Amino acid sequence: MISAFRRTRRFSGGNRMLAEGIFIYLAAAITILSVLVITRKNPVHSVITMLVLFFHIAALYVTLNAEFLAAVQVIVYAGAILVLFLFVILLLNLKEEAVARRYVGPWPLGLMAALGLFLAVVVSLNSFVAGPAGSFTNEVIKAETNTKVLGKILFTEYLYPFEVVSIVLLVAIIGAIVLAKKRLRS
Amino acid sequence: MIPLHWYLWLSAVVFMVGVAGFLTRRNIIIMFMSIELMLNAVNMSLVSFSRYLNDMRGQVLVFFIIAVAAAEAAIGLGIIIALFRNKVTAHVDEANEMKG
Repeated sequence: MISAFRRTRRFSGGNRMLAEGIFIYLAAAITILSVLVITRKNPVHSVITMLVLFFHIAALYVTLNAEFLAAVQVIVYAGAILVLFLFVILLLNLKEEAVARRYVGPWPLGLMAALGLFLAVVVSLNSFVAGPAGSFTNEVIKAETNTKVLGKILFTEYLYPFEVVSIVLLVAIIGAIVLAKKRLRS
Repeated sequence: MIPLHWYLWLSAVVFMVGVAGFLTRRNIIIMFMSIELMLNAVNMSLVSFSRYLNDMRGQVLVFFIIAVAAAEAAIGLGIIIALFRNKVTAHVDEANEMKG
């Protein structure tokens, strides 16, 4: 196709097989774990399965030369969001949920809709044409490290979106406090 | 190097699982986790695009998506607690006051 997809010299022979083996393991683990997440009856089991899933996704990011995002994935997703989920399950005391039926209502319809969407995505993948390659090749990133390159773009080209994200997080903090407050004094 | 299509297939599969979980389950916490699954599927494809097109912007986008996902989780779980305080259930079909 284009030069970005050519096989690089470093990945010839045994290295390539090793990379493929690691990818196949990670892909199989991610697929199985994500299916487990949505089929467990107990939400606590789902959260624990999702923790393992996030670690595998972080490993996938490492194989894609995105070390900073792998660290963020573990710290923010596994460390903050999942702990928040666990706390909420703890607060809700979902004893009767554990004996309730898992799939309610027209669930085969939902499954069919998901499969249809998957087929649409897969069919459109065949007509995928890659855009022009950018300037951040492996050598450039290796000379400056991934985090430094990412930080430079984040604080120059994407400074305005970065500030907007800080407002979004502030709104989330205030909103969570307001929503979870017992009763607003009026 | 591994073909880009493998990563896109994996991303599509995880996104499909997320959609299926959101549409078939009625436990609100599992539905939230399905949304997180879908966000992660998109993140995976963005990181692989970033790697294969030699462009860091995909990773910047993933950074923003993770920040928004954190905000969404905080707000969503606040809503779940507010819902549970009023209805004492995590079953979304029980919250049907708006139904005509």
